[in-house]
Amino acid sequence: MTERRVKIKSRVGLHARPAALFVQTAAKAPMEVTVGRDGNDPVNAKSILAVLGLDAHHGEEVTLTAVGDGAEELLNTLEGILTEEEPEHA
Amino acid sequence: MPDAGPLRGTGVSPGSGYGPVRRMVGTVPEPPPGARHDSDAAAETAAAFAALARVAESLEDLAGRAADDVGRDVLVAQALMARDPELAAGVAARVAAGLAAPRAVWEAFGVHRDALAAADAYLAARVADLDDVRDRAVALLLDVPLPGVPVADEPFVLVARDLAPADTALLDPAVVVAFVTEDGGPTSHTAILARALGVPAVVAVRGATDLPDGTPVLVDGAAGTVRPGPSPAEVRAARVRDRTSRRAAPDPALPGGTRDGRRVPLLANIGGPAGVRADLDAARAHGAEGVGLLRTEFLFLDRAEAPGHDEQVAAYTEVFAAFPEGDVIVRVLDAGADKRLAFLPPPAPEPNPALGERGLRMLRRHPDILTAQLAALAAAAAGRPVGVMAPMVTGADEAAGFAALCRDAGLARPGAMIEVPAAALRARDLARAVEFFSVGTNDLAQYACAADRQSGALARLHDPWQPALLDLVALAAGAGVPCGVCGEGAADPILACVLVGLGVASLSMAPPSIPAVREELAGHTLDRCRAAAAAARAARTAPAARAAARAVLARRDRPV
Repeated sequence: MTERRVKIKSRVGLHARPAALFVQTAAKAPMEVTVGRDGNDPVNAKSILAVLGLDAHHGEEVTLTAVGDGAEELLNTLEGILTEEEPEHA
Repeated sequence: MPDAGPLRGTGVSPGSGYGPVRRMVGTVPEPPPGARHDSDAAAETAAAFAALARVAESLEDLAGRAADDVGRDVLVAQALMARDPELAAGVAARVAAGLAAPRAVWEAFGVHRDALAAADAYLAARVADLDDVRDRAVALLLDVPLPGVPVADEPFVLVARDLAPADTALLDPAVVVAFVTEDGGPTSHTAILARALGVPAVVAVRGATDLPDGTPVLVDGAAGTVRPGPSPAEVRAARVRDRTSRRAAPDPALPGGTRDGRRVPLLANIGGPAGVRADLDAARAHGAEGVGLLRTEFLFLDRAEAPGHDEQVAAYTEVFAAFPEGDVIVRVLDAGADKRLAFLPPPAPEPNPALGERGLRMLRRHPDILTAQLAALAAAAAGRPVGVMAPMVTGADEAAGFAALCRDAGLARPGAMIEVPAAALRARDLARAVEFFSVGTNDLAQYACAADRQSGALARLHDPWQPALLDLVALAAGAGVPCGVCGEGAADPILACVLVGLGVASLSMAPPSIPAVREELAGHTLDRCRAAAAAARAARTAPAARAAARAVLARRDRPV
């Protein structure tokens, strides 16, 4: 299992366009992907409802996990989405 | 069926429209608790998943065609909700336990709905998006019409109880030939949208939503009538009338003013539901001389945080550049009441939001938002004397405080909206603090007559012809600073002449209303406008005031 802690730099947090982009990217991957906030159980990163329900804001840290081939690459992409201040394309 | 004559309501946007009725679908019924399927869980689950997939596809299609970024982002997120794997698992589990597909979908959405509704204001706002996705899926499963504005390739007359901004975001004005609503008044969202799009509209029509889908109707937005099954001769006559009134429009290059040369700039209201670009295009097409009301809420709605400095400067610069010569007046953020913002939550639940912390009251609680907006306006104005006014000003102290902030930011022309009766009554005090006034007739009528703008039943009380309202306008117009009117009252050609007679210096309205106002005003001298204003104020009721003014203005003055 590959794990990564990421500080959210997107101005709107893990909401709105970044959340949509994050979920769309995770959903395309064949393996299981989770995202968790400290103190909460990790949730399915392919679920927009679960991801929005985390209510993760700008400046907060989340933990990403993925299992299997390509996990490292996928987490790089997801980290990129969370660390961009103003993602342009959802 | 015997001819029962036309249905009657309040005409709020002129012109005629003929086409079949398409009703806005209201709420989708909740499938009854405990509704069970006939035991084939696999087929029932497949039906539920197929409905969710169809909803996702239609939302993705709408997202691809959405004109603005905010609308597109909402639709993309909604499509993801319909494709949500956790939601699908919840549906499958409930069907496996015996629930029928529609009920299983309803309950599975309910779990997430509760989680979002319990979170912060921004997420709570997403509940409406989630409900919309749920209703679309349940409607497919129950085989009832999809909620929202009907989709049709053929032109139709849109009939609804009332229209909300969310309903009309994707409305195609090319296929909607008229609006008819059962509720709503002259200042409702429907009325403002219809005038902005130039679509005929009649509101407060009792029995409108009982008209069956497909009934051909002729809508007359000037007379306020909706005739089911009109004769071909009636339809032809209405079309001829429309063409004639369009031909009569005067040269839009002429500046607004009375027959004897009193200049009255005719300005445009910008930033309504049709969008800033569409409004600016319409303003130029109808010969607006400037912008009398730039609503700035469009920059702030549906966002988790306030827009940044550069984004604001760019948006204001675009509007200022569209009218390099004429006057431009900006209203700072008017949040609260029916315009809630995720990052400006009310301090406590407000039982009467229209009487709560809205407009300048809200900005006094969030001074950083106001100073940031003023700084962006000053940067965009780059020394040009644009007017900047505050909404919901009540007293002279508030006006002075706002004016000081404007001047600190480098904006030399602060102004105050006159929407609160107290501000109109003490207009002379306010006039010492600011450079100009702008009367918002819609809210001033609402507060002067204690009549909710959204209430169709009270439409007669938000009639801008109420003599009490005319008295308040006269106080504001006579207080010693230039006073404009930017409410929908300015869009009525006869009332526009009365307002000028009361001393109003400029009129700002939805762009399609400008030509008719220009033509009426150009037909009368200032003295005749004053006589019409005096006659209207001498009347005791709104209909009598209108009739009295009409009688005075029935004759046109010859050119002098």
